[in-house]
Amino acid sequence: MSEKPKLHYPNGRGRMETVRWVLAAAGVEFDEEFLETKEQLQKLQDGNHLLFQQVPMVEIDGMKLVQTRCILHYIADKHHLFGKDLKERTLIDMYVEGTLDLLELIIMHPFLKPDDQQKEVVNMAQKAIIRYFPVFEKVLREHGQRFLVGSQMSLADVILLQTILALEEKIPNILSSFPHLQEYTVKMSNIPTIKKFLEPGSQKKPPPDEIYVRTVYNIFMP
Amino acid sequence: MAGKPRLHYFNGRGRMESIRWLLAAAGIEFEEQFIETPEDLDKLRNDGSLMFQQVPMVEIDGMKLVQSRAILNYIATKYNLYGRDIKERALIDMYTEGMADLTEMIMHLPLCPPGEKDAKISLIKEKTTNRYLLAFEKVLKSHGQDYLVGNRLSKADILLVELLYSVEELDPSLLAKFPLLKVISHSSQGLRTRISNLPTVKKFLQPGSARKPPLDEKSLAEAKKIFRLP
Repeated sequence: MSEKPKLHYPNGRGRMETVRWVLAAAGVEFDEEFLETKEQLQKLQDGNHLLFQQVPMVEIDGMKLVQTRCILHYIADKHHLFGKDLKERTLIDMYVEGTLDLLELIIMHPFLKPDDQQKEVVNMAQKAIIRYFPVFEKVLREHGQRFLVGSQMSLADVILLQTILALEEKIPNILSSFPHLQEYTVKMSNIPTIKKFLEPGSQKKPPPDEIYVRTVYNIFMP
Repeated sequence: MAGKPRLHYFNGRGRMESIRWLLAAAGIEFEEQFIETPEDLDKLRNDGSLMFQQVPMVEIDGMKLVQSRAILNYIATKYNLYGRDIKERALIDMYTEGMADLTEMIMHLPLCPPGEKDAKISLIKEKTTNRYLLAFEKVLKSHGQDYLVGNRLSKADILLVELLYSVEELDPSLLAKFPLLKVISHSSQGLRTRISNLPTVKKFLQPGSARKPPLDEKSLAEAKKIFRLP
């Protein structure tokens, strides 16, 4: 019997949240070891558990994988979230990469100076509404399918849903001009594995707060 | 007959350079359409050719691919440079993502304000030796093979050769403590030499070829103009 994947990261969203989303959507149970102190990070580094001395790190199938995209691709490959052929895979890759660019703004947001944070919310909203959402709205409108690519849920769907919900936390009406994305968000959220992940008590992490930001500084600042 | 891949970018390294390396090392000839003015970029955007309004964009096999990682992964898969199975793919991904992090730091150096540049260069050099080169040297040492993954050429090896060129441009002494990387980089049997001797790469490395020089003040000013950056 193979062991559950084990995630190494602070107890908060950051760069690990997408991994949690994808594992949950794929119905894979996982354990978490939360980093709380610099000493714990040091221990992982000194023990040669982190190829580039960084987290996220996921212990899975006898490997210690680092680099978020590597981890996401491995899970997607393993759990059939990467399309049925090279063309679907490439389309999924493009959508994922675009969405990750948008998600990056959300990930970095809590670490900006307070004066810059409000401006950045405006920037995120603009990017989402002008650059990213129109692409996905068009895709959904044109093919009328449940999922972005092909006939099955893929990495692209999970990450887009994560990003939409994270943006809605900051800008509640962000989908107001995108009827297909609205319907998509509802349908995706009702997929049993995802619905479970969205319920209280799951391993989904709350929005970053001051405690999380302070923990991150304590662990990672020299 | 399928045409050659066509690359859309400005005439500089940036995020397209790894793609040029990968195509060249795979033996694939390609064409380039240089974006020289803001209007060139506008035209591509208005044509609907750029999914997220950004370059790099590569026309290949009837598709207009964007996002450098997606492009690299497509080329790697198509030309059997992505390992034999899911675990090899994971290792290749892990190594290339680390390389991309370092390349990103080096790429952004010219944009650094003058007062901060020296500190930034020191930081990059420190990370290069203590984090990245160290990791790749360890990998090579662990299996003693000529290639990073699965004892055969992959995207990871080609991008390593590219990285080693960049590191050498930054500071040749950074390789001093890494014998296996030095073999890759300097030995006449090493990977860099072997890849550099491939006809398509040889052509790529000649002056005036597709390979771009490091970004200088003039090219930076031009790039800023094209992308309407301050």
